[in-house]
Amino acid sequence: MSAVITASGLSKRYKTSLALDDVSFQIPPGRIVGLIGPNGAGKTTALKAVLGLTDFSGELNVLGFDPRKQRDKLMGEVCFIADVAVLPRWIRVREVVDFVAHVHPRFDRSKCEAFLARTKLQAGQRVRQMSKGMIVQLHLALVMAIDAKLLILDEPTLGLDILYRKQFYQNLLEDYFDENKTIVVTTHQVEEVEHILTDLMFIRDGKIVLDADMDAVGARFAEVMVNADNADAARQLKPLDERQVFGKSIFLFDGVSRDLLEPLGEIRRPSISDLFVATMKGTYA
Amino acid sequence: MKTFYWLVKRELWEHRGGFFWAPIITGGIFLLLNIMGIITAEVLGASHGIQIGASGALTQVIAEMDSGDMSKVGILLDVAMYAAMGLLIVVLGFVVFFYCLGALYDDRRDRSILFWKSLPISDASTVLSKVVSATVLAPAIAVVVGIIVGMLQLLILAITLSFHGVNVWQLLVLAHPFKVMFNLIGYIPLYVLWALPSVGWLLLCSAWARNKPFLWAVALPVATGLLISWFGIMGLFHLPTRWFWTNIVQRSLFSVFPGTGSLFGGTPHNAPHIDGLHALDLNTTYQLLGSPDLWIGVVAGAALLAGAIWFRRWRDDS
Repeated sequence: MSAVITASGLSKRYKTSLALDDVSFQIPPGRIVGLIGPNGAGKTTALKAVLGLTDFSGELNVLGFDPRKQRDKLMGEVCFIADVAVLPRWIRVREVVDFVAHVHPRFDRSKCEAFLARTKLQAGQRVRQMSKGMIVQLHLALVMAIDAKLLILDEPTLGLDILYRKQFYQNLLEDYFDENKTIVVTTHQVEEVEHILTDLMFIRDGKIVLDADMDAVGARFAEVMVNADNADAARQLKPLDERQVFGKSIFLFDGVSRDLLEPLGEIRRPSISDLFVATMKGTYA
Repeated sequence: MKTFYWLVKRELWEHRGGFFWAPIITGGIFLLLNIMGIITAEVLGASHGIQIGASGALTQVIAEMDSGDMSKVGILLDVAMYAAMGLLIVVLGFVVFFYCLGALYDDRRDRSILFWKSLPISDASTVLSKVVSATVLAPAIAVVVGIIVGMLQLLILAITLSFHGVNVWQLLVLAHPFKVMFNLIGYIPLYVLWALPSVGWLLLCSAWARNKPFLWAVALPVATGLLISWFGIMGLFHLPTRWFWTNIVQRSLFSVFPGTGSLFGGTPHNAPHIDGLHALDLNTTYQLLGSPDLWIGVVAGAALLAGAIWFRRWRDDS
């Protein structure tokens, strides 16, 4: 199957800054891609370009559509949850389900109602009477009932408590995701998505600085806990990052062979957040 | 088509207050004031010993009226029906004005535009659904409410008179409620055309302004008008300054008020003088179709709407 998203030479300039700087990437179907970057790195701009919400220069193909010219057709195949509370505040549960059921050709009403039945949401309830967590539940119920090929999540769990956050990703994995679907998610709560991602993309200052699947990340990056006596030898291998824990040094290596690292100490797979912090060093400096 | 129906329905959900309750409440207040007026008149009349028709004098008067007088009574009753509508029309004008200003702005401000844009709906149908809501749905509801209020008004008058021994039904048959209804409903298509430049301008401001669309919508034409008046620029085109005020400022802001087309629209100057209520008959009001003012406005309105659709598509400030 061909790629879901193909971008080449994507650039977007705002008045004062370059939000996307000649970005190229490809996302194949059946993946869960984490697009991760510091504030203002261009994550949201990239997603907006994919959704046809903003103009840009370069080539972009999403499911065979050009988002600039065929946005309304594209949205029949793509679902989108922006950070919480973008549902209109005046609308009632009943009304929004009715509306989406009649304007979206791929919406399965019974699926949505089954999902809503598992929540505390009432048919006559207005969005303005709901907590943030409930609004996301409603939005997720709508989105999960749509048989879309691509789901885009932009900070979907921002401001939610831990119960809602866990439940959100659990629902997504258990009831929604399959090999025909693709999910692109941006978030700052990296730990939460770490175990569900299949692919990782780091973006910094409008450039993609890392684009790899999780297996490749595990093979390429290694975290080694080194005793003080071996620390100088480890520094010779040009680590990405070094930090001290309980008198030992933890080094993060990029593309150094296991044979060289094993004598130094215990090798672990680095967490995405450690990797992220090491990669983005000096961003705000 | 189904999508469009639901888009318009969506507007009704969101603006039930303005589209539905505003005319009903206005109509209710209108009737209440009438009843209060009648009661006051009755009380005053009784305390001053004035008796209306109780002695059968009024019945006598009616019996002695010739057919010409009778038709005047009918016109009077028609006026009572139109009067209810008059108040509703002013309210409708305000509702449509502010609806248009907010229609493409409010969802940008609260970011719910991101939800609407996540659905497979083109920006053109979104904008057009708002045009239809403003120029057809809102007036249609107002007219229906107006007709009901008018009928109730007739009924109240009739009942009041019946207390004075006047045969009610004899009077009611003199009114022309169906003609009134026909004139009011028939006016809506003309309203769509006449209001288009205003609706277009207000929606354009609504889709374009980053904040305070009301200020932009009003300040831009008025400030331009003042500048033009100050420097006398219209003289370059051999047009009086008033031309700008009537044809640009007035049309872009006040055409949403129903009936303004007939008031200062292009009724041909050589048209025969029409008196009284016949001015509201469709074959009179639709003479506006013959005026270039109307059609130039329609073209300008369409261009402004195209601009609104473009801004709706590309305005990126979420």
